Amino acid sequence: MTKTTKGISRRRVLKGAGAMAGLAAIGAPHIAGAQAKVIKIGLPTILSGRVAILGTSSRFAVQLAFNQINEAGGINGRKFEVVDRDSKGRPDEAAKVTRDLINNDGCDIIIDGEASSGSFAVHEVVRDLGILCLHTCSETSSLTADPKLFSKNVFRCARQGIHDAVAGGSYAAKIAKEKGLKKWATCSPDYAYGRDNTAEFLQYAKMFEPSIEVVDQLWPKLFAPDYTESITKLMQVKPQAVYSALWGGDLVAFIEQSNLYRLFQNTAYFSGGLGDPPILTAIKNLPQGLNTAYRYNNGFPGSPENTAFCDAYVKVAPHEPTNWAWQNYAASQFIIEALRRTNGNTDSSALAKEISGMTVKKPFGGAGITMRDSDHTIINYPVAWGKTVSKSPWVLDYVDTEWSKIIELEKEWKKEKGYA
Amino acid sequence: MNLEALASCLSSSACAVTQISTALIIGMLLFMVASGLSLIFGVLGIINFAHGAFYMAGAYIAFFTYQATSSFLLAFLAGALGAGLIGVIFERFIISKVYGKDILMQLLVCYAIILIFDDLVKIIAGPEYKMMGMPDVFALPPLEFAGGFVPAYYVFMIVASLSIGALLWLAIEKTRIGKIIRALAINPQMVGALGINTTLLYAAVFGVGSMLAGIAGSLAAPTRTLTPGMGLSILIESFIVTVIGGMGSIVGALIAALLIGFTRAFGAIGFPLFVDGIMFGMMAVVLIIKPSGLLGREIAR
Repeated sequence: MTKTTKGISRRRVLKGAGAMAGLAAIGAPHIAGAQAKVIKIGLPTILSGRVAILGTSSRFAVQLAFNQINEAGGINGRKFEVVDRDSKGRPDEAAKVTRDLINNDGCDIIIDGEASSGSFAVHEVVRDLGILCLHTCSETSSLTADPKLFSKNVFRCARQGIHDAVAGGSYAAKIAKEKGLKKWATCSPDYAYGRDNTAEFLQYAKMFEPSIEVVDQLWPKLFAPDYTESITKLMQVKPQAVYSALWGGDLVAFIEQSNLYRLFQNTAYFSGGLGDPPILTAIKNLPQGLNTAYRYNNGFPGSPENTAFCDAYVKVAPHEPTNWAWQNYAASQFIIEALRRTNGNTDSSALAKEISGMTVKKPFGGAGITMRDSDHTIINYPVAWGKTVSKSPWVLDYVDTEWSKIIELEKEWKKEKGYA
Repeated sequence: MNLEALASCLSSSACAVTQISTALIIGMLLFMVASGLSLIFGVLGIINFAHGAFYMAGAYIAFFTYQATSSFLLAFLAGALGAGLIGVIFERFIISKVYGKDILMQLLVCYAIILIFDDLVKIIAGPEYKMMGMPDVFALPPLEFAGGFVPAYYVFMIVASLSIGALLWLAIEKTRIGKIIRALAINPQMVGALGINTTLLYAAVFGVGSMLAGIAGSLAAPTRTLTPGMGLSILIESFIVTVIGGMGSIVGALIAALLIGFTRAFGAIGFPLFVDGIMFGMMAVVLIIKPSGLLGREIAR
């Protein structure tokens, strides 16, 4: 007896299933081929927590760059898809999501939008898997300066501490000499970045202006909500100038709380992290004349490319670009140009060969930003310092530092550290 | 350790005034949060691990009200009352379900609420930090006392916190409702047997405790950046305060909050690298010598 279900025999069902399986087998390569046309860019970054703006502004920039190229028809007919994952700022999670992006989501290229701690974790994953990766947010110099960490398929498209220290030290020394600022204090967050950044800044400031004397160093906790005791301590010490590596929301709180004491009326202030437009606009009473490193500014450099970048960015994001935004946008340009040269071939070795030594004009125009061949890190990006004003564009009077000077001192620094 | 600098500061009126005011600024906000925590524990016997979430709620409600109205008074009232109302809802629908249950269950419920509140803030206000800014009425040069400087807003903050603390103490110690609440803490069955609606009283006490956290959030909003999760750091310090002062004691919370404030203010001058060590050391000493805290009493229910 033949078992039937609503008039359909079991044999018929099995035949149908076999036919389906056969069709699937024939159809599968076709579907895979169609999917392969899309080039997937994986973006592990921080999208939640106190530094979420690092990730959200990075994501806006990467999406902007690849949407622009998609609208222009892609490369060799291949379009781009950006796949982002939130690491929540945890290095273990950063490593995990990067592996997922490569192994499960099939990403061809990684743009690592992690802060330094996460970047070192991502670095090991991409070295292991041999995929092309551009770090876009880590400013820790050793990530690319230490030859032990070198990998032919990994690059950094972000400013780095040693470049900033030379530029900042040189600028601060010049102001110190002009205004006779000899008594200095520091107020930086108490963790590796805060301490290293402050030490490097002081090292070069003292080198360029030996009369600088550090009278006190304060180390409030990272993400401290209140800085009153640090501010009143500074009032007791009465330094002529203060350097701070505070950043993000911590810096906003520090400036607002310092305003209550009118701290900046008699004390010059130098900050490595104040120059990001979202920070400058978050401060309700931005004092005039604070000295800040360049992070991003829609008027500097005053090039049509920079204006075009800012105009396009504010159409997709709720604020002007951040430092992380331009770095991610520039990284995307390196990838796009490399893919143009390889006709859309995503082989990491071929792409890495193209990116080494490459110069991109976007987003700043001018001579462009160059990916240095020797250590896979960018040079010739803006390292200027300027002074705050109370309304847009928030920072003016940018003073640039010669890149030849930075590179010369960087070489000496590498020798001191045993990197060269 | 720089005891010379500390001695020099104490001998100078300018330095001493500025640092004492710093101690009061730090201490008073902590007192507001810790007194709410202490009140809730003293009457309901609940260790409200979600208390920081009410501080955050108060700060965000004040921020949005200020954005909408530009009135700091309205922002302050909205932050305080909003946090109080959320507290009542939380007590009625969530925490009352775990009264008398294992402390681990209470901890889990509170932790879930912290995560839900943080995510709600992310959805409503976004993950980025917010800054309310100083209301115009307080945008004045710092006031000078004996050569030391205290910002006008901080003078208001200290006076407001002390007044609210005094009102709370008077309400609990000197009024009929305060007497009932004290009785509720000691023998809730007897209070219920006398025909008093204890359910309503529990909700009201929890609401007042949450409102105190909301007041602290509203007072902090003009000077601190607002972020999802901002309640956690103040919660940790508030627990130190309640452990030192004694769970359930408002006066104990005040003394302990001032102790923490003075330690941080003068520690910044004399022993900047050991401030946290001193704070936790004080807590350890109190736990060893008097586990119920300086003015604390044992759990009531």
